[in-house]
Amino acid sequence: MSNSLDAYLILSALLFSIGTFGFLARRNAISMLMSIELMLNAVNLAIVAFAAFGAFGATQEGVSRGSVIALMVISVAAAEATVGLAIIIAIYRNRRTPLVDEYDAMRQ
Amino acid sequence: MLRTLVPILIAAATLGIVTGIAALMIVLLGQDWEDALLWLLSAVMIGSAVLVVTMRDIIRCGLAMIVCFGALAGIYVLIGAPLIGATQVIVYIGAISVLILFAIMLTQTKDAPRVLVFQSQSAAAAVASIIIATVVALAITATDWGELPQRVRLDTDELSRLLFTEGGNLLPFEVIGVLLLAAVIGGVFLAKREPGGPP
Repeated sequence: MSNSLDAYLILSALLFSIGTFGFLARRNAISMLMSIELMLNAVNLAIVAFAAFGAFGATQEGVSRGSVIALMVISVAAAEATVGLAIIIAIYRNRRTPLVDEYDAMRQ
Repeated sequence: MLRTLVPILIAAATLGIVTGIAALMIVLLGQDWEDALLWLLSAVMIGSAVLVVTMRDIIRCGLAMIVCFGALAGIYVLIGAPLIGATQVIVYIGAISVLILFAIMLTQTKDAPRVLVFQSQSAAAAVASIIIATVVALAITATDWGELPQRVRLDTDELSRLLFTEGGNLLPFEVIGVLLLAAVIGGVFLAKREPGGPP
């Protein structure tokens, strides 16, 4: 099991779909952000699995090339979390609620 | 009291069953211990991810997310990329989870866990995510990945050479540094309290 690419990719697909459900279904803005983190992690798992099984070339350089992509994704996710949480805190200061369905200022 | 204990008991029982299956896989079926470890880690990861999106109290969601990221770091080590696992622990568990926990504590009102957690479209969202999982899993199993070469473990020497040399990824690395700086400044600016504005 641990030696097949399929196992890791299916694991990644499961994690991604759980994140999708959380993003679509939760009302709390921070919960939605956590679901986005889950989806980013799923994509990262797929990238690392592809690299380890030689999709970028079955040499040290190929594996390193995939891992560099994974590291970049992790750091971009950190930047995204910072800005997203700052936006949520700024909205919370104005509207006094973390629930996204009550952010309806542009509909009125 | 009992209602708060029930999910914890269910989680403990599930963990016990999963560990038992892993032990049985090693003892009875004579499988590799790597297989058992992968089974255990992926069960913990998927289970805690489900808890992240379904639990009512958002602080517990954040704590379950930490468990999920820890199990994922273990899976990275198992694949053969221990450096990615270490980065996952440092960045996700050490930085992003703590940031999210702080944001939760800043934005929760007293009655937040008691009101409805899900949107009205949650049933449709569940159907859509199950369809996504099924279709992607079918596509993965139906694809012929060709002759898979022998697994290569990640070597930190080669990774750093690729990341920090001129011919490799030095420019993207510098751009990531600028992006992080911009994110820090933007975060401070967005969350800053205006003088005379709402508290």
